[in-house]
Amino acid sequence: MPSRDPISQPWGSRLPYGQGRQWPARVDHHLAEGLAPEEVDRWVRSATILHSNGDALDIAVKDGRVVGVRGRGKDRVNRGRLGPKDLYGWQANHSPDRLTHPLVRRDGVLTETDWDTALGLVASRSRELLDEQGSTALGFYTSGQLFLEEYYTLAAVGHGAIGTNHMDGNTRLCTATAAASLKESFGCDGQPGSYSDIDHADVIALYGHNMAETQTVLWARVLDRLAGPNPPRLVCVDPRPTPVARKATVHLAPRPGTNVALMNALLHELIRNDRVDHTYVENHTVGYEELVRRTAEYPPERAAEICGVSAPAIRGAAELLGGAERLLSTVLQGFYQANQATAAAVQVNNVHLLRGMLGRPGAGVLQMNGQPTAENTRECGADGDMTGFRNWNNDGHVADLARVWNLDPMRIPHYAPPTHAMQIMRNVEKGSIRFLWVSATNPAVSLPELRRVRALLSQQSLFLVVQDCFMTETAELADVVLPAAIWGEKTGTLTNSDRTVHLSEKAVEAPGEARPDLDIFLDYARRMDFRDADGHPFPQWHDPESAFEAWKRASAGRPCDYSGLTYERLRGASGVQWPCDEERPDGTERLYADGRFWALPEQCESYGRDLVTGAPLEEMEYRAMNPEGRAMLKAVEYVPPHEEPDRDHPFVLITGRTLYHFHTRTKTGRSPELQRAAPEVWVEVSPSDAQEAGLSEGDPVEVSSPRGTIRARTRVSGIRAGVLFVPFHYGYWDTEVSEGDGARDRAANEMTVSDWDPVSKQPLFKTAVARLRPLGEGDGRPAPAPTTTASASLDHRVAATRGTPDTSEETTGGGAP
Amino acid sequence: MRIVAALRELHRSESALADELLRVADRHSEEPEVRHVAEDLAYWSREHAHEITEVMPRYRSDPAGLAHPEPAEEDQPELPGEEGDADLALLADLRRVYRMSAGVALDWDLLGQGAHVVADADLLAATERCRARAERQMRWARGMLKALSPQILAT
Repeated sequence: MPSRDPISQPWGSRLPYGQGRQWPARVDHHLAEGLAPEEVDRWVRSATILHSNGDALDIAVKDGRVVGVRGRGKDRVNRGRLGPKDLYGWQANHSPDRLTHPLVRRDGVLTETDWDTALGLVASRSRELLDEQGSTALGFYTSGQLFLEEYYTLAAVGHGAIGTNHMDGNTRLCTATAAASLKESFGCDGQPGSYSDIDHADVIALYGHNMAETQTVLWARVLDRLAGPNPPRLVCVDPRPTPVARKATVHLAPRPGTNVALMNALLHELIRNDRVDHTYVENHTVGYEELVRRTAEYPPERAAEICGVSAPAIRGAAELLGGAERLLSTVLQGFYQANQATAAAVQVNNVHLLRGMLGRPGAGVLQMNGQPTAENTRECGADGDMTGFRNWNNDGHVADLARVWNLDPMRIPHYAPPTHAMQIMRNVEKGSIRFLWVSATNPAVSLPELRRVRALLSQQSLFLVVQDCFMTETAELADVVLPAAIWGEKTGTLTNSDRTVHLSEKAVEAPGEARPDLDIFLDYARRMDFRDADGHPFPQWHDPESAFEAWKRASAGRPCDYSGLTYERLRGASGVQWPCDEERPDGTERLYADGRFWALPEQCESYGRDLVTGAPLEEMEYRAMNPEGRAMLKAVEYVPPHEEPDRDHPFVLITGRTLYHFHTRTKTGRSPELQRAAPEVWVEVSPSDAQEAGLSEGDPVEVSSPRGTIRARTRVSGIRAGVLFVPFHYGYWDTEVSEGDGARDRAANEMTVSDWDPVSKQPLFKTAVARLRPLGEGDGRPAPAPTTTASASLDHRVAATRGTPDTSEETTGGGAP
Repeated sequence: MRIVAALRELHRSESALADELLRVADRHSEEPEVRHVAEDLAYWSREHAHEITEVMPRYRSDPAGLAHPEPAEEDQPELPGEEGDADLALLADLRRVYRMSAGVALDWDLLGQGAHVVADADLLAATERCRARAERQMRWARGMLKALSPQILAT
């Protein structure tokens, strides 16, 4: 019998377990109303797509439609559990407003057409520009939500066949700093830790990572440990009163933008109290002396002043980190989207290197992703990296990729790092990129400083192709719109934040003429008549499985080695962690277990960058610093944010997500249960700030930064004083907007700043300043913000967020520790 | 002792570099990375110039007598055609920052030689610290030039 309401119980019921035990299974099911399990025609294997956790599930199909989902109890990632977005998000597939026909702009209006016309136009415009200007005229901006096979194909088409350096993903907004910090510390991308480290850890530190909302099932695993014997203790760094903060032994709520000062103080304490594994440091790292020297400048008292937290709390956190026998750390947007992003994330890696806490059960780092397939964008090289974690600055790596592709190495651009998204947009703005192909992402809502983004995407000189499943705010600006099949309508693989690979199989037909992204990219390549060195059509593959086989050859011998996997294998085993090759047929749970890294100058993915200026190091500089390929302890000073509050704009504005939505709500906004849980934008204000501004719960208010203004209702919450939080999910596709920017007063990114971390190039969504202007008294209704999450109201009269008990949880005993 | 002359010259060139970085930040405010990092790096040069004023009394020289940097070759055009071409002006400005910071780094090296010979350990430490940062300023300009120039040169 369905008994759980996933809206009010996002993490479901507890199955407590003890340290070192296996996490008990709990299989969650949800079917469309009125449907019984025995009425389902078939179950099709897949994994979730609305966050980065990679929960394994089966899709229920009846009469050619998706009708529900069921978690897979044997899978290592979720042991059957599903979160609210997993349980409800599939309904968007059957939304009546899916794009079903290609569209082209005629006399200023998007008009239905056929594939031949639409792709013919895309190919002919590409050819014109290649003749006129060359490959520098073309750019590609993709996603963290396609499948591996699609990214690999896009990388081959863009970097290989066309030879443009302008390719990035919206992963730049979510996971670029994870990749950058791993390259800085370990020489190469690749998640060191594993979700199973939660089963073993005695201390878990979450840095800017509201796991309870971003990865609900992973948080359920932590909650089950907390409810069992020998629970881990938590350290939480977050300016908001997140569910994580409420469970933490030590909660530090620093002033946004000061993470490096805080981390330096924690490292200072570890070193001062000699919580250092000197054998590990001596045998496996470089840079210790410099780290000691640098962090000596940051005693807790100094950091306390910079960060606005108490020195004893910093010492308390350091004691937990220093006393841990099995320390797990996770990092996400509170670090990645804040001032000195990579520098701060690297200091978390430093904690683990100092303490020798890597590569064994419970001792690991998870530099997290935000999106379901962000890992694939990175490893395939569709996001500003080179395919297979190759080093663009190493001619040998480029030659090797050219060999795999059977292309001339000179066709593959390697004169500079692949152009990052913000620079691609700048080139569009300046008119030197005249063709931009956007797939499965919505920059007109998700990039910072939207007034500018809309203007540059609307330029007459730009030929904009948008490939998506709905008429997004970006698609409205396009010259050609290509309707795409989505999850459940196509086959491919996806890899989560802890390197677990799942196969997601086609369950139903796509609506109308919508086609899989892979088919669209390959069709384009054939129309462009790309050829390899032997005159054969390039790419040499033609469907998902042949693309996967080709990718295996590109990844073989690299850190992200898939050569031991096949589709057949993935249909059997549920979830395999790369690297997986002949020697490791069952995959690899943890990287760097032997204290050896992909950091030799000949092997590494990057020679690294200056953590303050972002300047790339050259090969000789890297060789001098790290000739033996050790892990690198990189020290850095605190540099204040570029925008700080003043009299006009007294608040720091941070943006982020809520548990019930994903990105710009293209799918979650079309799932009624999720939409009802968080229907409208709000702004979180601390009680003292609310009082000073004369604001009460639910009051309408105008929030402005030097770049733009929104209107929202006030949620008085336990957020740090001086800080405002606005969720970034709310754009304009489900509002009435008139022409002109005046009416566009809902998207958080109207206010954010065009500034990014010089190392990872990740935009700083958590570093703007803002002011509040009350718009009169409210109508008595509270803010439309969930009460189950970090946005919880302090007013107990506000009704709790709830849905309906429509989900079953099946456990097969085994709940006991 | 010509160390005083070296200190004065470094004070002039660090101050000029700070001014130049701020000018570049202002001139290219539409290029967020150039603007923001140039501002951060200008702060370094200001700190270095300040360090010099603190050293000077030890060498019986009055920092009050330090003049604001004279207009020098830094005001000359860097690349032909940069006027009226914003992209070329960007390359030119970064090229100038590269040259100026390279000169500053070298001068810190020279001053370090002087500090060695007069056995001034504090000054030596300062020269090492400041030279390292000048080289980072230089590498930044080089890195930005390498990243931005292909698109500008090819279009």
